[in-house]
Amino acid sequence: MAEGLHLQTLTQLAAGLERGEFSSLELTEALLGRIESLGPSLNAFITVTAERALAAARRADAARAAGAAGALNGLPIVHKDIFCTKGVLTTCGSRMLENFVSPYDATIVERLDAAGAVVLGKTNMDEFAMGSSNETSYFGPVRNPWDLERSPGGSSGGSATTVAARLVPAATATDTGGSIRQPAALTGTIGLKPTYGRVSRHGMIAFASSLDQAGVITRSTADAALLLGVMAGFDERDSTCLDYPVPDYKGALSESVKGLRIGIVRQHFDAGLDEQCAAAVREALAVLEGQGAVLTEVDLPNLDLSVPTYYVVAPAECSSNLSRFDGVRFGHRAADPEDLLDLYCRSRGEGFGAEVKRRIMTGTYVLSAGYYDAYYLKAQKVRQLIAEDFKTAFADVDVIAGPTSPTPAFKLGDKTDDPITMYLNDIYTIGANLAGLPGISTPCGFVDGLPVGLHLVGPHFGEETVLRCAYQFEQQTDWHEACPEAYR
Amino acid sequence: MSLDKDQVQHIAMLARLRLADDEFAETVDKLSRIVDFVDQLSQADTDDVVPMAHPLDAVQRLRADRVTEFNERDPIQENAPAVENGLYLVPKVIE
Repeated sequence: MAEGLHLQTLTQLAAGLERGEFSSLELTEALLGRIESLGPSLNAFITVTAERALAAARRADAARAAGAAGALNGLPIVHKDIFCTKGVLTTCGSRMLENFVSPYDATIVERLDAAGAVVLGKTNMDEFAMGSSNETSYFGPVRNPWDLERSPGGSSGGSATTVAARLVPAATATDTGGSIRQPAALTGTIGLKPTYGRVSRHGMIAFASSLDQAGVITRSTADAALLLGVMAGFDERDSTCLDYPVPDYKGALSESVKGLRIGIVRQHFDAGLDEQCAAAVREALAVLEGQGAVLTEVDLPNLDLSVPTYYVVAPAECSSNLSRFDGVRFGHRAADPEDLLDLYCRSRGEGFGAEVKRRIMTGTYVLSAGYYDAYYLKAQKVRQLIAEDFKTAFADVDVIAGPTSPTPAFKLGDKTDDPITMYLNDIYTIGANLAGLPGISTPCGFVDGLPVGLHLVGPHFGEETVLRCAYQFEQQTDWHEACPEAYR
Repeated sequence: MSLDKDQVQHIAMLARLRLADDEFAETVDKLSRIVDFVDQLSQADTDDVVPMAHPLDAVQRLRADRVTEFNERDPIQENAPAVENGLYLVPKVIE
């Protein structure tokens, strides 16, 4: 059997499987071995589904032998533990769902299964996807493979870490304010958040329904395009999923960036951005310019208001969405309740962690009588201004580029005392969620041995453009191939 | 502090959350900081701005009114903390 399978991308593995160099069963066994030996120190998994994975790999090998291989036949992936998986624990990183076994599959789980993917497990995450460091997980923080004392970012920290540590080539993830792109930047991986409504959210546990979107974390842009092609598309079970044709994402990658207009946001390079990160991002932009892209400056005048807007809208929606956890139908239930009110209050008080409770209470406050106009309505107006800023900018440019995160990976515990410091991690990513735009983070350098991400945002349904831009950048650079030493 | 203890107690009750005593002081402090932070929105000039309803201006999709789901009560109730004869059990609410 071929050596070094763990270093290969989905695209490379697909070619090897097709040529018969190794079987999906051999590949699955090799990766499960790595997960068993290297996984525990990273705390990236909540559940490893070894038996199911081996069975799926055998089915994939049989399908290939029968000439019925799907688009992802025999290729290993993992799911963020926010996606419902039938018959498998689905915790959302919370004590509330510690014992929840989903009775159904999320649509994207079904689609990836139907394409022949082999699911190795479910990844750790910030509780209910509320966090930027993976430290709010009930199952403990995930560690960054580039430095185990540091956070991999969040909320999809487990997905990013499994991919960065070469435990698996690709992972599903979700992004409400940066939860795919920020951990991708902090772990040196590629993270794609599609347009709002591009991918079905049926079976994806809801956090903030006007912002949430499913995407992927991979080690090559071609892999992100491959997975998006399988995941995207209309689903009648998600009323927010848009009926819009799914293009050939992989086919769109090869076109050059010559003449592509890239907008650089003036405000992105203001105070708050680490100087060395800024230098890495500027160098990356120079590479794209060298490939023929045209750089121009654009203005997003309301950028500073995006984080406060988000911290009204997202908590408001979370307070509604999480009202379903009542200790009656599923989830944690407090012992010996005195009455129904006591059952609700203690089940929720015990089942949710501190950050989730803070967000539910923030949301409850901004929606409560007398405060709705001042906070929620006001925020939805500012959100409209922010969306219009993007619209104006996209009249002149095809892509908006900048840093993904203000700093490289920070130390675990460094930002847990002040919620605002933690929230400001997402200053460059939140705008895309508020405006419903697609975005990708791709590795573009290192600062003190820690990866830095380049963030590319496109107009609505502009996935092909951001993917193409990231792919062409990847052809000139090898940042995406850098692997933390202990995981080679 | 933009929020006092009574306000936080009231919000916790509206949200049906019981906070432990040691959690409570920290919650008052951190919630106040969050509210102070989002208060900067009040400075934005939003006269004549229509609040966002949907980022892509999409409207709610309708579907034909026909039965598409079948009864899956038993597998769904496997996750319930307490059931009897297909019914969810809660503490007595009527004397």
